[in-house]
Amino acid sequence: MTTGLLIVQILNGLQLGILLFLVAAGLTLVFGVMDFINLAHGVQYMLGAYLAVTFVSLTGSFVLGLALALAAALVIGLALEFLVFRHLYERDHLDQVLATFGLILLLNQGVKMVWGAAPLSVPVPAFLAGNVALMEGILYPTYRFALIGAGLAVGALLWFVVEKTRTGMLLRAGASNAPMVSALGVDINKLFMIVFAFGTMLAAFAGAMAAPILSVEPGMGDNILILAFVVIVVGGIGSIRGAFVGALIVGLVDTLGRSFMNDLLRLFMSAPSARAAGAALSSMLIYLVMAIVLFVRPEGLLPAKGRA
Amino acid sequence: MTLKFSLSLGAGLFALGIAAAQAQEPIKIGVVSVLTGPAAALGQQVRDGFQLAVDQNGGKLGGVPVQITVIDDELKPDVAVAKVKGYVEAAKADFVVGPVFSNILGAIAKPVLDSGAFLISPNAGPSTMAGKACNQNFFVTSYQNDQVHEVLGKYAQDQGYKRAYIIAPNYQAGKDSLAGFKNYFKGEIVDEVYAPLTSMDFASDLAKIASTKPDVVFAFLPGGLGVNFVKQWSQAGLQGKIPFLSAFTVDESTLPAQQDAAVGLFGGMTWAPNMDNPQTKKFVTDYEAAYKIVPGSYAQQAYDAAMLIDSAVKAAGGTGDKDKLRAALKKADFTSLRGKFKFNTNGYPIQDFYLVKAAKRPDGKFQTEIVQKVFTDYADPHAKDCALK
Repeated sequence: MTTGLLIVQILNGLQLGILLFLVAAGLTLVFGVMDFINLAHGVQYMLGAYLAVTFVSLTGSFVLGLALALAAALVIGLALEFLVFRHLYERDHLDQVLATFGLILLLNQGVKMVWGAAPLSVPVPAFLAGNVALMEGILYPTYRFALIGAGLAVGALLWFVVEKTRTGMLLRAGASNAPMVSALGVDINKLFMIVFAFGTMLAAFAGAMAAPILSVEPGMGDNILILAFVVIVVGGIGSIRGAFVGALIVGLVDTLGRSFMNDLLRLFMSAPSARAAGAALSSMLIYLVMAIVLFVRPEGLLPAKGRA
Repeated sequence: MTLKFSLSLGAGLFALGIAAAQAQEPIKIGVVSVLTGPAAALGQQVRDGFQLAVDQNGGKLGGVPVQITVIDDELKPDVAVAKVKGYVEAAKADFVVGPVFSNILGAIAKPVLDSGAFLISPNAGPSTMAGKACNQNFFVTSYQNDQVHEVLGKYAQDQGYKRAYIIAPNYQAGKDSLAGFKNYFKGEIVDEVYAPLTSMDFASDLAKIASTKPDVVFAFLPGGLGVNFVKQWSQAGLQGKIPFLSAFTVDESTLPAQQDAAVGLFGGMTWAPNMDNPQTKKFVTDYEAAYKIVPGSYAQQAYDAAMLIDSAVKAAGGTGDKDKLRAALKKADFTSLRGKFKFNTNGYPIQDFYLVKAAKRPDGKFQTEIVQKVFTDYADPHAKDCALK
């Protein structure tokens, strides 16, 4: 039974990691390439989820709704880039933090005005409902497998784009030294727009994919934003590979910590104190990991080349 | 001649009535509720439930026009104190109705009560203000917080469940909740889990539940936490397999998101929208017509708070004599949506508690429905620490 539980918890950790990767990938690109701190990345994730709610219920199909939600998120993302972000690229980090924090407040309140304050949800698509029996008596929801699969596919696509295409080459170059890329005659503003649009789509994709398992509510992006920042600090800023590895580490550490910390502590503590210490310790575990990484490798585990 | 006479008499009285109303100072009521952030869904119910009662009474309570000021406490104690203090001092408020959360109540109770206004809580019912810190001008139209959790503990014990898995967020209310459950449940606690307040994914907890196979699960996971847990509970294939009891986890504020995943799950409450009395039928119909959602306990308790004020102002003939008004409030001589309602010495209700179950109505909307009575005329134990008689 314990092996079965361990397998399920590892899958859960992977799945959380994949979700974090989708959010963190966009964040790390924007941060790494554009040197732009986008706190509003979390609300873009939230927007993706809300748009999925609307379009899935309008079309009655999850896949079609997802596609429309992504398209709508892209349009909103580009509008935001044009109206707000574009004017912040040259400003210092404090201005960026303030302005994007303002966007968080605005959009959290905005979705409440449009969709209401009560949590919403998206039904699991019928063809992915149900469970897969991993072993005797151990079930795992099919949708979560699909989420892991979709995340890995997006990860592979990202790797291909970043490593094998010209745009990807420019991205990597931009992450290492943006002024030099600009000096070599690349239209840096266009590059920034592509990066930004890409990041928005990834965040919205994560939000839409999470909508069937998580509650869709104002402020849902704020928690995941903090985790995404932990991921990119652990993984190394500006590095997609780093975001992937960091996300999996954070996802696994958080999930396994929460499920096994109590039992571990109970080996040498009384049950009530193990419970209290376990709850406290498991919720700070990922921050401990981040602190250790910062201490040992301040540039992150897999930093973008030339940035360390 | 008789007809003519009575008509003119009627018109005269009517005119007199208008003149009296115009001369009368309106009752000033501050409604303190959370209207921003994820908890706003609850705060809106409190605001709307109170407003509905006033609207049904033609803008008056106890025959006197009311002037309602809605204050958003933002679920931040410091913000709440600043706003409420400013309001009660400037407006010389007669009543403050609110808030939703106990930590906000703790912050605003002193400034409100010091100003001489009556404080009526339509939801928060902390143990402190039921016991030593009780106040003659403080009334609660909901319940004492612990009682709701005890309903489920008592039910689990009565059902003969032996092994329970219990889970709550890692903060004070979560600890109080599980303690309340354990007051009545005497079986084995398989695991007692305190999840971070920011939890989104309960997959690891659900995997543990599936592997430890408890007889019953008790959860206190308010708001979005509960939406996530319940959806994932059903996706993990646990729905219908293990009995699920909860407090503030499956109610009218979360059901629109949980939908079919929550059907059949149990909760504890003092009222449900299907309660069989005419006042509830009218309330639910009017509320749904006005606000397009099914009202939950938050709206119901705020509505009762308005009806309580209505009865007291009527009996005391206005708000001028505070002692008379207080005596009238204590009598609770109004038609509660719950049917039975009376106050204990500490200003908290003595009332019945029910096991409720989430169900889908024929029109496709979701609501909780009463299954059975768990406690009759249940008074909170803290009243003995209260000096009021």
